[in-house]
Amino acid sequence: MKVKESKFISGNEAVAYGAITAGCRFFAGYPISPSSEIAENMSYLLPKYGGKFIQMEDEIASIGAAIGASIAGKKSMTATSGPGFSLKQENLGFACMAEIPLVVVDVMRGGPSTGAPTSPAQADILQSRWGTHGDHPIIVIAPTMVQEIFFEVIRAFNLAERFRNPVVLLIDEINGHMRAKVDIVDESEVEIWHRPKPENPVGWKTPYKRNEELVPLMPDFGDGARFNITGLDHSETGFPTGDPKVRQQLHYYLRDKIEKNKDKMIKSEYLNTEDAEIMVIAYGSTARSAMRAVEVLRSEGVKVGLFRPITLYPVPEKEIFEVCENVKKIVVPEMNLGQYVLEVERITKGKIPISKVNRTDGEPITPEQIIEAIKD
Amino acid sequence: MARKDIDYSKYLRLEYIPHIWCPGCGHGSIMKSIIRAVDELNLDKDKTVLVSGIGCSSRIVGYMDFNTLHTTHGRALAFATGIKLARPELNVIVASGDGDATAIGGNHFIHACRRNIDITLIVFNNFIYGMTGGQYSPTTPVGSYASTSPYGNIDPSFNICRLAEAAGATYVARANVYSIAQADNFIKKGIQNKGFSVIEVITHCPTYYGRKNKLKTPADNLRWQKEVSVSIHRAKKMTPEELEGKIITGEFVNKSEEEYTEKYERLIIEKAQGKI
Amino acid sequence: MMAETKEKKHEIVIIEKNCKGCEICVEFCPTNTLGMHMGKCVVVDLDKCIGCKMCEIRCPDFAIFVDNPYAENFKKNK
Repeated sequence: MKVKESKFISGNEAVAYGAITAGCRFFAGYPISPSSEIAENMSYLLPKYGGKFIQMEDEIASIGAAIGASIAGKKSMTATSGPGFSLKQENLGFACMAEIPLVVVDVMRGGPSTGAPTSPAQADILQSRWGTHGDHPIIVIAPTMVQEIFFEVIRAFNLAERFRNPVVLLIDEINGHMRAKVDIVDESEVEIWHRPKPENPVGWKTPYKRNEELVPLMPDFGDGARFNITGLDHSETGFPTGDPKVRQQLHYYLRDKIEKNKDKMIKSEYLNTEDAEIMVIAYGSTARSAMRAVEVLRSEGVKVGLFRPITLYPVPEKEIFEVCENVKKIVVPEMNLGQYVLEVERITKGKIPISKVNRTDGEPITPEQIIEAIKD
Repeated sequence: MARKDIDYSKYLRLEYIPHIWCPGCGHGSIMKSIIRAVDELNLDKDKTVLVSGIGCSSRIVGYMDFNTLHTTHGRALAFATGIKLARPELNVIVASGDGDATAIGGNHFIHACRRNIDITLIVFNNFIYGMTGGQYSPTTPVGSYASTSPYGNIDPSFNICRLAEAAGATYVARANVYSIAQADNFIKKGIQNKGFSVIEVITHCPTYYGRKNKLKTPADNLRWQKEVSVSIHRAKKMTPEELEGKIITGEFVNKSEEEYTEKYERLIIEKAQGKI
Repeated sequence: MMAETKEKKHEIVIIEKNCKGCEICVEFCPTNTLGMHMGKCVVVDLDKCIGCKMCEIRCPDFAIFVDNPYAENFKKNK
């Protein structure tokens, strides 16, 4: 891979650089700590590439504008933090329902409410999955390292475009503000996906006709198709329908689009898992402490491994099940009061004891805390 | 008065007509007015986008043969802003109601005016939330009855046009369904204006507003519009007391200021790319 | 004047399936050309029509057209 330049930048800046490489040409945002550097960097970078940045009047308008730009054909992104993520939920649901590609970055901070604006947390995990009303499809990615953020943003755009679905990228105050050397690469160096469209969009009247991956072949506005997009239950034509069969089928499609393609969305990392008797399951910046804990304990001869889901949703069920099949204990550290652990409990069906390591005091979970839980 | 024969069907998705609006609802008249304006301008249907929010007025997008987008409550202008910025060559029209535009979407309304982005907003002001059963809105006249003001409304109303003017819209006009031909002209000029245009059309909800406020039939509602309307020219000669309870119709703002997407191109993209 | 308008017969097309019976056209017809029958608008005296098109322009439902060559388009679907 040819590196264009190496920069000493924060995770938030890496989001912006990754987005540009992914082909993002529209960003709408609203200032909020600790995510504002994403908007700042997008306002600087986008016009250089002929893209557009706009600071909207609020969080709701930001995601609205981003969805609008995506409908008009631009790869679009918005970024925020906890309270702003709450505000965006209704329109996030719209994008899920209307199947509009979009990347939403949530730089997690302490909550609920105003909570701790400049302290880290991982407390928006369940919100990222179930924050908007109604059953809805969503893809959630939680990278750990700053360099990884750069590439995972590109993957987020690829998944958003390929599956015409919003992708939530969860980082937090730690890896969002942490600085590291990041290799920036051009789009020619990475895999880039574009949204599926009909071969000839002119006169296309079925924007929700699906390809073999169940993804709608939808033209962009202005392509000559003149179709309708709505958040109401709709048929293949994009027009509202009251037909129970068509409505039910739409909801199945939305679910199955993720369910049947989840192997193309799931990405995980395994560290010393083969012979492990104790499994740590950690994601995002907490995984860094977990890596250290595993390293220390391995040097002492403890058979501990780390499973790190990079895609949180769809949940890597098969992967978690397999990696935990032969262990005696599972440790799940997360900067919340126990959210993703619920998924682990569901998958392992209570057969293996789970030790939770939780913290919501605005301080990171330390390797020592995890070591203690492993040894306990 | 000779009127051009117009082929309304050219701009409609006929398979969805008749529309869902109640008998005598003014929204259909506004839709026809939009068609006449668009027809006169000969807008390219493929390059025209119609965006709406939620409520009775928002259902217009299903019927009109453009690129149509039915968004969330109050947010149509935010979506439209993204569309216009992404593809400035598209004609972007937004249809909204009084509640959609000035209550839940009030923030987006004033900020779209402020930016002067080339979008034409048509507000269907029927003084009520019709879709949800007739609750009072930011434009419900004081003393009027609604399903949530059973003792009469005490909340002062917004004057949508004055709000638009104060916030910076470069074309602002008000018409009513009784004299709907006037709206044709305002909508046409609004679309022609390179900037943010607000055309408020006073319409009526015979089902909810009318029934609760002694305007029993659709015709009663139209007669009421005629009674309370005063042209801007006549209003200039009237005292504030005489204007009490009146609705002024006409053009309030028609000025030329640099449009947002053009400004973005000239002052941001060119600067960022080192051209200036 | 009377003689002149009588010479010009106007064509009124009513699209019955679109008419919701709101009576706006009937109420505002300046010459009482229109009336109601079974909840729909009907022409009661075509000779009175002066072709002002106020009914067409006010009708919210694409249900009445006066001397409009495109009116038939609304009969086509369904």
